[in-house]
Amino acid sequence: MIADGQDRAKGTPESAPSGAQSETRDTEASSAGDVLSSELAVRPPAPAGQATSGDDLAPVADGLMLGTATPEVEAPAPTVHESETAGAKGQGTFVAAYEHSAVVRFCHWLNAIALVIMITSGWRIFIAFPSFGPRIPEHQLLKIPDAITLGGWLGGALQWHYTFMWVFTATGLVYVGYLIASGDYRIMLFRPRDIPGVWPMARHYLFFGPEPKQTEAYNPLQKLAYTTIVLCGALSVLTGAVILRPVQFSGLAWVMGGFHLARVWHFVAMCGFVAFIPGHLVMVALHGWNNFMSMVRGWKKNPEYL
Amino acid sequence: MHRQFDDKEFRRVARRQILKLTPLVALGAFAVPPAQDYLLDRGVAFTDWAASKLFRTGHLAPTYPDSALTPLNRFAYNSYDTNKPEIDPDWALEVSGLVRKPGNYSLDDIRRLPRISQNTRHVCIEGWDLVANFAGARLSDFLSLIGADTSARFVYVECADDYYESLDMEAAMHPQSLLCYEMYGKPLEAGHGAPLRWALPTKIGYKSAKYLTSLKVTNVLTQRSYWGDQGYSTYADI
Repeated sequence: MIADGQDRAKGTPESAPSGAQSETRDTEASSAGDVLSSELAVRPPAPAGQATSGDDLAPVADGLMLGTATPEVEAPAPTVHESETAGAKGQGTFVAAYEHSAVVRFCHWLNAIALVIMITSGWRIFIAFPSFGPRIPEHQLLKIPDAITLGGWLGGALQWHYTFMWVFTATGLVYVGYLIASGDYRIMLFRPRDIPGVWPMARHYLFFGPEPKQTEAYNPLQKLAYTTIVLCGALSVLTGAVILRPVQFSGLAWVMGGFHLARVWHFVAMCGFVAFIPGHLVMVALHGWNNFMSMVRGWKKNPEYL
Repeated sequence: MHRQFDDKEFRRVARRQILKLTPLVALGAFAVPPAQDYLLDRGVAFTDWAASKLFRTGHLAPTYPDSALTPLNRFAYNSYDTNKPEIDPDWALEVSGLVRKPGNYSLDDIRRLPRISQNTRHVCIEGWDLVANFAGARLSDFLSLIGADTSARFVYVECADDYYESLDMEAAMHPQSLLCYEMYGKPLEAGHGAPLRWALPTKIGYKSAKYLTSLKVTNVLTQRSYWGDQGYSTYADI
């Protein structure tokens, strides 16, 4: 690693092609100075680099993180082993960005599993009374095939729903709490200044319009989607609490316009998730394996914004 | 935050990060049938426990004006009740268990207790609900009439249609929990549980058992609830 730093410090148009194969672009782009400045652009300089890396990197991070120590300072201590592996295998180096902390990734996946269980068991619960309003006369607003539901029968579906509502709520709270505490909510919170950018981005995705210049980690349409879906989560939990306990939460039920409307809002939140999930999956598929893996391992190779 | 990697180092860091997600594998237990039954049962039990922490005896269920009532002929009821049971003409409620005055209590005995009439919401586990008028004696008044030990945990009833139900003492003492003998100002109809039923506005619909024949105050339940024993919540607070 440190040898790599020296290479880059020398300014490496020559050395990069020999070492890098698929990662050439980034090796070329990353003189130490460039990386340092883009580090500063992405995040305000942390008083200590370790503070932003958290516990995730602590053992490996010392001296390796650009921005905390320059390669030159570390140069006297390259180990034979490291320079050998880099050279012998002919592998180059590349930049990777730590995009998602372990807390976020853990909550994301646990919440995703809980969400699928909540939606499919919720459909089974809905089948028991597939309508809104009075029971008599009977209306069946929507026929949901049993095959795509979970639980088998109303009681079974309720068991799944009662169990995973806690998982869903807890992971949602930890996720949002972490984003707020870490300040990371700023990169994904949709704000009024993002409004003008929504349509150009939608036009690009839906009608193959020109691709707007990406200036932040998330584009305005992503911010809108992620912010909306967190609100959908909050709506589903609050309306769910009213449907489950309309007497104990009678005040909240009144705010929502009563038990009937709480069921309607709960259904609307479900529709929000059902609209979000395919869009989210398509976008993940379009952006490839490396992008997907950043939600698994936290690190994204050769991020497009560096 | 970003940094330089070579492939080997990246694989090492990535592996460590992925290992942090391994607790998710524990969810696989939900795919194993015996574990699934146990875990879902625990999930329901935890939900019931949380609800019991939320329950406040002094917190009343909302009541509604007469104009909000669902007409009696549009009061749906469970398919379980399509066969209306035969009721003994000399019907009396048989009281037993942790009470000072066990024995048979006639409808007149119950009618002599203060009559409470209330328009409350009846919520079915299926998701529908309606506002109905129920009138009868407070269950708490009846429990004091029979000298019940109110430190016992449950009030358990059996019904003429082989239905059975139990109620935690806290909910039994709730001022809106009724031994109901009238709906909409008229004696109970056969379909609604004549001659006596529970009307429990703080509980889900199936807790409001109909066609009561016996009532027992107890700490131990051999059966908890007709629907609860089939997988629904027994506590079933709303």
